[in-house]
Amino acid sequence: MELANIERLLEKYLNAETSIAEEQILNDYFTGNNVAQHLEEYEALFCYFSTSKNERFTKSIQLKSEKSNWKWLSIAASVVLLVSVYTGYERKQEAKAEALYQETQMAFGLLSQNLNKGTVAIGQLDQIQKTTNKIFKQPEK
Amino acid sequence: MKQSEFLETVLPFKDKVFRLAKRLLVSVEEAEDATQELYMKLWKNKKQIQNYKNVEAFAMTMTKNYCFDRLKSKQASNLTLVHSNYEANETSLQRKIELNDSVSQVHKLIDNLPEQQRMIIQLRDIEQYEFDEIAKLLNMKPTAIRVALSRARKTIKEQLIKQHNYGVS
Repeated sequence: MELANIERLLEKYLNAETSIAEEQILNDYFTGNNVAQHLEEYEALFCYFSTSKNERFTKSIQLKSEKSNWKWLSIAASVVLLVSVYTGYERKQEAKAEALYQETQMAFGLLSQNLNKGTVAIGQLDQIQKTTNKIFKQPEK
Repeated sequence: MKQSEFLETVLPFKDKVFRLAKRLLVSVEEAEDATQELYMKLWKNKKQIQNYKNVEAFAMTMTKNYCFDRLKSKQASNLTLVHSNYEANETSLQRKIELNDSVSQVHKLIDNLPEQQRMIIQLRDIEQYEFDEIAKLLNMKPTAIRVALSRARKTIKEQLIKQHNYGVS
């Protein structure tokens, strides 16, 4: 009696007309121990279904994306780049100022040298004045 | 939506997602990657999740689409799938251990079906979804699903009988 029922269900099953409940009956029958010999080939099929049902996803799921890490990395990199460009610019400005300073220093040096020459010459003039005074005595006032 | 709340809604069907991905992509690693990727996507769209009546169906559809995309890009880059290392290592049914060989045969038979039939077999015979649900998931008519399912089941049956007779004789 039961066997006839199973055969009828199998027929429906192959035509995809069974309900979930009916398929469960078939499943129970074929994973049980007394499968009729002429239906043995279905045994593997239903066993496969029930083992497949038990397959699990065993890894843990990560919700933090690695992409966001890349975003932060790029932000950090751009900050570093900005800072280094800025300091490089500062250095260059400093070097420029230094060079200017040296140049002015040199210019002042030259100026003072030439001024000194002038004072020496003035000293000489002074001497001339004295001697001319000695030679041509100025009338007393 | 908080993380704990999110996980509560989406984790119950992670195995289903994984199994569908594995059915379509064949390799376990690929399926694991796909599952991971899918959950990342869900997490990113967590605000919209509340608007869906059936998150599971939504996730399954996403899985299907994602797997199809993967398969397409694989074909484009001429990669072939190798699945020689399948073992029926779920020995929960100890008494059926002698069947293991033919059980892995079933796996191969299903793998040889067209993608659509494979997916329908997976959703119906393994995940036990109703026809309307499958119809929604795959964006097909329920009658078309019945036809495809019937075809798939009959193909498997014929192959199994052929193998069975071969084993007997």
